[in-house]
Amino acid sequence: MTTFLGMPALPAYGSGNLFAGETFPAAAHRELGNAQLRANLGHATHTIRDKRQAVVSELPDWEQLRDAGSAIKESVMATLPELLEEFEKNFTARGGVIHWARDAREANDIVAELVRETGETEVVKVKSMATQEIGLNEYLEEQGIQAFETDLAELIVQLDHDKPSHILVPAIHKNRTEIRDIFLREMPDADPALTDDPPVLAMAAREHLRRKFLTAKVAVSGANFAIADSGTLAVVESEGNGRMCLTLPETLITVMGIEKLLPTWQDLEVFMQLLPRSSTGERMNPYTSLWTGVMEGDGPQNVHLVLLDNGRSAALADGMGRSALHCIRCSACMNVCPVYERTGGHAYGSTYPGPIGAILSPLLTGIQAEENSSLPYASSLCGACYDACPVKINIPDILVHLRSVDVDSKRGTKKLPSQMDVGMKAASWALSSGKRLGLVEKGLPLGRLAAGPDRKITRLPGIAGGWTQSRDIPAPPAQSFRDWWAKEHRDAGSPGQPDPGHSHEPSRDDKEAQQ
Amino acid sequence: MSAREDILTRIRTALQDSPEAPQIPREYRAASGMGTDELIELLVDRLVDYKAQVAVVQESDVPARIASLLEGAKTYVVPEGLDAGWLAGMGDDGTGSSRRRTDSPAEPLSVAGLDGIDAVVTGSAVAVAETGTIILDGSANQGRRAISLVPDHHICVVKAADIAGILPEALRRIDGTRPITMISGPSATSDIELERVEGVHGPRRLDVIIAR
Repeated sequence: MTTFLGMPALPAYGSGNLFAGETFPAAAHRELGNAQLRANLGHATHTIRDKRQAVVSELPDWEQLRDAGSAIKESVMATLPELLEEFEKNFTARGGVIHWARDAREANDIVAELVRETGETEVVKVKSMATQEIGLNEYLEEQGIQAFETDLAELIVQLDHDKPSHILVPAIHKNRTEIRDIFLREMPDADPALTDDPPVLAMAAREHLRRKFLTAKVAVSGANFAIADSGTLAVVESEGNGRMCLTLPETLITVMGIEKLLPTWQDLEVFMQLLPRSSTGERMNPYTSLWTGVMEGDGPQNVHLVLLDNGRSAALADGMGRSALHCIRCSACMNVCPVYERTGGHAYGSTYPGPIGAILSPLLTGIQAEENSSLPYASSLCGACYDACPVKINIPDILVHLRSVDVDSKRGTKKLPSQMDVGMKAASWALSSGKRLGLVEKGLPLGRLAAGPDRKITRLPGIAGGWTQSRDIPAPPAQSFRDWWAKEHRDAGSPGQPDPGHSHEPSRDDKEAQQ
Repeated sequence: MSAREDILTRIRTALQDSPEAPQIPREYRAASGMGTDELIELLVDRLVDYKAQVAVVQESDVPARIASLLEGAKTYVVPEGLDAGWLAGMGDDGTGSSRRRTDSPAEPLSVAGLDGIDAVVTGSAVAVAETGTIILDGSANQGRRAISLVPDHHICVVKAADIAGILPEALRRIDGTRPITMISGPSATSDIELERVEGVHGPRRLDVIIAR
C-alpha cells in the first residue's frame, strides 16, 4: 500500500446543487399533495419502463452487455488516475485544452473566465447534469453571461424558472397545457394562437432557438463518455440541439465528471448499446456526436474540457459506495422506483433524484451535509433499480450501507442514548437467549390489554409511533408460538412430528380469524 | 498545489485499498452473421420505424433517385468529395447544377449560407442494421459536420457493403478520432408528455438511399 505523506486524509466533499434542503419525508409529503404531478409522473415512468423492457428483451445478449459494462466501469475506478492522464495526453495532443476543477466553485470560475476571454456574453447549452450540479447557469448570470438551454425540456424548465424533476426528461412533471402557457408567457416571439399540440410546441421551440444556434459563438456541454485511449468525447442526444452546439460555435467548453471515462474505443460498443435502450427505451438515440480535441476545418477550433471532481474522489474513497460512480445517467432506476414514481424528482433536493440520487448525493457531499442523511431511507429496498441498472450498480446494498454510515455518524453525538439505541439494546438482550425471550413473551397479555376490545393497537408511544401513524397493529396472541409448540409437543414421542390423530382445539384467536 | 495534482492525489488516496481491475467479460455478440439481403431488410425496417424515408436501389439508379428527391429543393449542398456520378441525374445543362452549392475545406460555406440551403446530399461511412444507425465520419464524400446538420432535408446514400449487422462490427470499421456523427432517424423529441415528435433542430426530413 502506498502512503501519501503530507496529504489530507479527509475526503474532499462536493458542493453546488447536491443537497436536500429539507428531509426527504417532509419534501415527499409536500410533493405528494400535487395530484397533477403524480398523474404526469405515473404516466411517464410507466411509458418509459414499458418501452425499455421491449427493446431490452430484443437483445439476446443484454445480460452479457451488463456484465461487460459493470466490469469496464469497475476497472475505470481501479485505474482512474492512469486513465485520466492517458485521456489528457491524447485530447491535448489534438489541440484540446484540459482544465481541472476541485469543486463546483472552481469549475464555474473556469467556465466564466473562458467565456470572458472570447468577449461574448451569451452561450448556448447542451443539456448536462454536471453543469446543473455545479449551478453553472446561475453563476454565469451573476457574471453577466446569459446561458440558453437548448434541449426542449431544459428550455421549458428554464423559461418557467423551475427545477428539473427527472434527469432524462426534466419537464416530465408538466403537461402540454402548462408548457403552452409557459411559452406564451416567457417567449416574446411566441404565436399568440399557439396550441398545446406537442408538434406545434416543438416547432415553436425550433423557431425560438434557431437564430441562437446560427449566431452563437460559444457553447457549453456535458459529455456522456470520454475515451482514454483515443482522447475522444461523446454526447448522446435526440433533438439535434447537441449537434448544433457542438458543431457551429467557434468555442466549445465541456464540463465532465472525472468518472465518465472509458478505457478504450472498443468499450464504446458496450455503452452505446446499454445507454439508449436503458434511457429512452430506443434501439438507438437519434444523434450521437464524437470529437477528439480540435477537428481541423470542422466545428469549434477552440475546444476546452473541464474535469470535475466535486466530491467524486470522496465517493471513490468509500469502498462499498464507489460503484455509484459507475452511473451513466440513463434514469432507468427512476422509472422503476415506486418511491420516485410517487414523489417525483424535486423531493430529493439534489440534481440527482431517484434511487441513484439517494446514494450518489450523500456520497458526494458526505452523509452529514444538510438533510442528505435522509436520502438513503427514501426507498423500500425492493431492488427494482438494481435489476434495471445497465451497469448493475447494487443500489439497495449501498442504501443499506449508507444508512449504517448515517447511524454511525450520529453515534456519540448525543449525551443521552436515543430511543432507537435503547430499543436495539433491549432487543439484543432479549434475542440473545431463549430464556430471556421467554421472559419477554410473558408480557404478551399486556399487549392484549393495550389493544382493548377492538383488538387493535392504534398508537404506539415514542419512535414506534411512526409505525402506527398509518397502520394498526393487531393484538398479540394470548400465547407465543414457542409456548404453543412446547404445549403441543409435551407428550408427543418425536418432537416436530405432529401426531396425525391429534387435532388441536382452535384457540379463541383462530375462531375470530374465521369469522 | 495545482488542481490537477490535488485531484489526482485525492483519487490515489481514495484508492489506497488498491481495488483490482477485473478482467472484462466480452461474451456479448461480436458479429451478427447476417447476409446482405437480411442486413438490408433489417436496416430498412429500423429506418422506417424512425420515420425516415428509405429506398433500396441498384447502384446505377442512385443518380435518378437523388434527382427525384431534390425536385422540390431550390438549392442543395454537396461535399466536394461526393461521388460525382451520383449527381449525374442533375445534369449540367438544366437547372440541376445551378442549384448546387459545393462545400470544400478551401471554401467552406458560412453558417448563414447553409441556413438558406434546402437540402444536402452525402455518403456515409458505415451503417448498423440492428439499430438503424448511419455513421458519418467526415470523410470526403460526407464533408464537415455542419453541412449535414443545418439544411432541413438530408439525403444520405448507404452502400450495401457498408452495412454492418450490429454496433460492435460497425465501430470496428471506423477511426474514433475522426469527427463522428451517428444518426438514427430524423431529429426527435419526447419531452412533452413523452409523445414522440419527429423533427426538432436537426434535419426534419431524412431520406436514405441504400445502393446495392
